[in-house]
Amino acid sequence: MEAIVFFIFSGLVLSGALGVVLFRHPVYSALSLVAAMISVAVLFLQQDADLVAIVQIVVYASAITVLFLFVIMLLGVDKREERDTSFKSARIVAVLLGILMLVGLGTIAGRELSAGTAPQTHPLTAPATDGVAPADEGNVEALAKVLFTDYIWAVEAVSVMLVIAVVGSVVLARRSRSGVARSSGEALA
Amino acid sequence: MTPLLGAVKITTEYYLAVGALMFTIGAVGLLIRRNTLIMFMCVELMLNAVNLTFVAFAKRLNDAHGQAIVFFTLVVAAAEVAVGLAIIVAIFRRRQGVTADDVDLLKG
Repeated sequence: MEAIVFFIFSGLVLSGALGVVLFRHPVYSALSLVAAMISVAVLFLQQDADLVAIVQIVVYASAITVLFLFVIMLLGVDKREERDTSFKSARIVAVLLGILMLVGLGTIAGRELSAGTAPQTHPLTAPATDGVAPADEGNVEALAKVLFTDYIWAVEAVSVMLVIAVVGSVVLARRSRSGVARSSGEALA
Repeated sequence: MTPLLGAVKITTEYYLAVGALMFTIGAVGLLIRRNTLIMFMCVELMLNAVNLTFVAFAKRLNDAHGQAIVFFTLVVAAAEVAVGLAIIVAIFRRRQGVTADDVDLLKG
């Protein structure tokens, strides 16, 4: 059963990823990105990552993709990419580089993994004690313990970074009224 | 399904292989597409492949730290998309296009 689910959804992940790259129309690319993200969420679920799978669907497959689609609708579809023919040799080089990268990653992934030697301070699931049912601690509790003890400063820093990102994107995308305030936009383009 | 397919034992290496393939597709897509929006989607694919690898190792080592890192990757990806799309909108205002070849002011 696990194997069947794995093969179906990893096939969906890879075809979705190929669709992102190969579709001409950006809207189709965004929709196949959704397919890939949801399939990755299923693969997360298979590996006891319940909370991460839900967050993947909420953040990636919903929020980020809606943002992409919104910007595509806002800007319209750029047709110029298809007319560009001076790019063929660069494509061949890119595909060769990709094959090289795949060989390297495959070598690393195919190596025999050593058994888990990490200190088991925060196991994913609480072990059964004395043959009784496992302690009433799920994936969410285990993750929350790690996030709010070991990574508490990282969580705070990330929240500050999110605020900076929100303010920064508002400043970047703002349409300035006078010509004086355009200097920051000109430096970009 | 066929009993042959169902009999396969799915180990960590299978998930690592899917992650590696996904990462490579994203990287090649980033190089061969010129539409900045699709380049962004390819970056998202690469980040997701790394997340899959993290979760696979978290399961393998039975350690919740791997899944905690995925959260930070998710947050950084969300912030990156917000800022990146704002930059694309700002470029579009001036150039009327979202092709990466338009932005070549730093070309040597």
